[in-house]
Amino acid sequence: MQYLPNVIFVILLIAGIGFFVRNVSKLKRNIFLGKEESLTDDKPQRWKNMAMIALGQSKMVVRPIAGALHIIVYVGFVIINIEVLEIILDGIFGTHRMFAVLGPVYDFLIGSFEVLALLVIVAVIVFWMRRNVIKLKRFFKPEMEGWPKNDGNMILYIELVLMVLFLTMNGADYQLQQMGADHYAAAGAFPVSGMIAPMFEGMPIPSLVLLERTAWWLHIAGILFFLNYLYYSKHLHILLAFPNTYYGKLTPKGQFKNLQSVTDEVKMMMDPDADPYAEPAEDAAVPDKFGASDVQDLSWVQLLNAYTCTECGRCTSECPANQTGKKLSPRKIMMDTRDRLEEVGKNIDANKGEFKDDGKQLLNDYITPEELWACTSCNACVQACPISIDPLSIIMDMRQYLVMEQSAAPTDLNNMMGNIENNGAPWPFNQMDRLNWSKES
Amino acid sequence: MASELKVPTMAEFFASGTVPEVLFWVGCAGSFDDRAKKITKAFVKILNKANVSFAVLGTEESCTGDPAKRAGNEFLFQMQAVTNIEVLNAYEIKKIVTACPHCFNTIKNEYPGLGGNYEVVHHTQFLKDLLSEGRISMEGGSFKGKRITFHDPCYLGRANGVYEAPRDLIRKLDAELIEMKSCKQRGLCCGAGGAQMFKEPEKGDKDVNIERTEQALETKPEIIAAGCPFCNTMMTDGVKNKEKEDDVAVMDIAEMIAAAEDL
Repeated sequence: MQYLPNVIFVILLIAGIGFFVRNVSKLKRNIFLGKEESLTDDKPQRWKNMAMIALGQSKMVVRPIAGALHIIVYVGFVIINIEVLEIILDGIFGTHRMFAVLGPVYDFLIGSFEVLALLVIVAVIVFWMRRNVIKLKRFFKPEMEGWPKNDGNMILYIELVLMVLFLTMNGADYQLQQMGADHYAAAGAFPVSGMIAPMFEGMPIPSLVLLERTAWWLHIAGILFFLNYLYYSKHLHILLAFPNTYYGKLTPKGQFKNLQSVTDEVKMMMDPDADPYAEPAEDAAVPDKFGASDVQDLSWVQLLNAYTCTECGRCTSECPANQTGKKLSPRKIMMDTRDRLEEVGKNIDANKGEFKDDGKQLLNDYITPEELWACTSCNACVQACPISIDPLSIIMDMRQYLVMEQSAAPTDLNNMMGNIENNGAPWPFNQMDRLNWSKES
Repeated sequence: MASELKVPTMAEFFASGTVPEVLFWVGCAGSFDDRAKKITKAFVKILNKANVSFAVLGTEESCTGDPAKRAGNEFLFQMQAVTNIEVLNAYEIKKIVTACPHCFNTIKNEYPGLGGNYEVVHHTQFLKDLLSEGRISMEGGSFKGKRITFHDPCYLGRANGVYEAPRDLIRKLDAELIEMKSCKQRGLCCGAGGAQMFKEPEKGDKDVNIERTEQALETKPEIIAAGCPFCNTMMTDGVKNKEKEDDVAVMDIAEMIAAAEDL
């Protein structure tokens, strides 16, 4: 019976991590439903981008208030994992404050965790106010109703509860240490929870132990719950921001990819030696679908982008189309892509690993042509994203599908393209008149 | 108006067996749009004054394909690109200057993958180089002390990171450069990019160029400077919409320099 808590702890830990691993493998499978894209070039630059943007938070501070608050929560999260490691080891071995052997270093660690925990609480409260009291404009767009709104708040509540549990646990521990209770040897410095401790004065040792243990168990159970909440939430960015910034675009923002399948065809057409009556080669690859109408047509990086998006809306608030009241919202493009990808994933799970046509697709069922045609391709959304997401690439791929597969461009654009084809200019002027300006006064 | 423009073509250079220092890619707007033609001519005047050996393709030039690509027509884009690249490569072009950020971006970034490798510069970069090499000299002239705000073209700024060349030139005119609330990396689009120039905007509260013009007018400028023929048109329309055309001029940087030098 003595080892019952240890056994329960290990079971809880294995279940929590096991469920998480299962979801990660599903996540990976979904991402790789996307088309292959090789991104193994310029590794030093990629590592640098990851270090600067994800680890160094360099793009968060473009908006100083949100940036500073985010850094607090981020640092708090990263550092406090040392504490989580200790909790896990204590849980497995039935020890208490195993790292206390570090002496003064341990005092410093616990002290800094406590200060960070308090700062995180403050940051979380400000974040909550921004969403619910100040009602920041970018959190109130049509795509933010329902789950996205609740999800945003839920994350803040969980973080708040975890921090309060952490400080309660430490406060009770500190009180027990001062009372010389068994098992609670003096260890650690408690600059924040030390202030809570007086509230526990006069409580008998068994009650305090119960309080400390309850907070301890709820804290670690909460962490395991939060870990598994990630998959269902925008909060997944805390993990995916790293690979996403690593695989982020390295070429100039204005450089769009040239479709290889088109290049092959154009080269063949322009080749004066080509035999126009030749039979197509037997093994000629069936040309891919041009552009994208569903998630499987996008590349895996674009799908990774979709899972990484944390719906902060910086892209949308910088988008000129959105600023002037048009339907386009780059954030919605990413959220729609993720939603559709999730739907496709569930479809595959339900059909024994195979996707069964559900009569739906990303285009029209999620993203409308009106949104796509409102984009000026100005790259403001790409610039604004703090974690290297490229909504523009999805918009452009879907335009390609509309034009090249469906000939569904707006009439004006068809006229423009007709002019280019016939006159070499988007306007109906004769190419032979191209130099007339030099003779006009 | 000074002397007549000298606009040699590549074909003429080729016939005489010589090569110019740089090819001036005029672009469709610069060739056909009445407003943009003034920018083209202003730039040529500066080139003439500085004795730059340049040529244009003239009737051999065709649309780069930028609006087709950004409208989603990759096939038409590549047809245009490959045709242009054949012409450029036949003339063994090394360096290209253009006053259109869309041509600039496409030739610089998207042509290399199709076999077209050139050094491509925007005209503001080229002018800045001429200035630092001492091949042109600039005085403020009528622009001295004027309040000027610069609208960053997306395809020059964000797309390719060119922010300083146009600003340096404005400062060289002894003008007072005032930044809009969104500028440089956070500059707001004029509303014409991504082939929007050639279609009606989607339904919304207002058009993008009006929003941008409002931002520009907030700086109380005497001149809104631009570095793109499409931005120029959009901002000019915006200023007209706000009935400010008598107080605020929209000018390309090349036009400003040509005017300052009384060319």
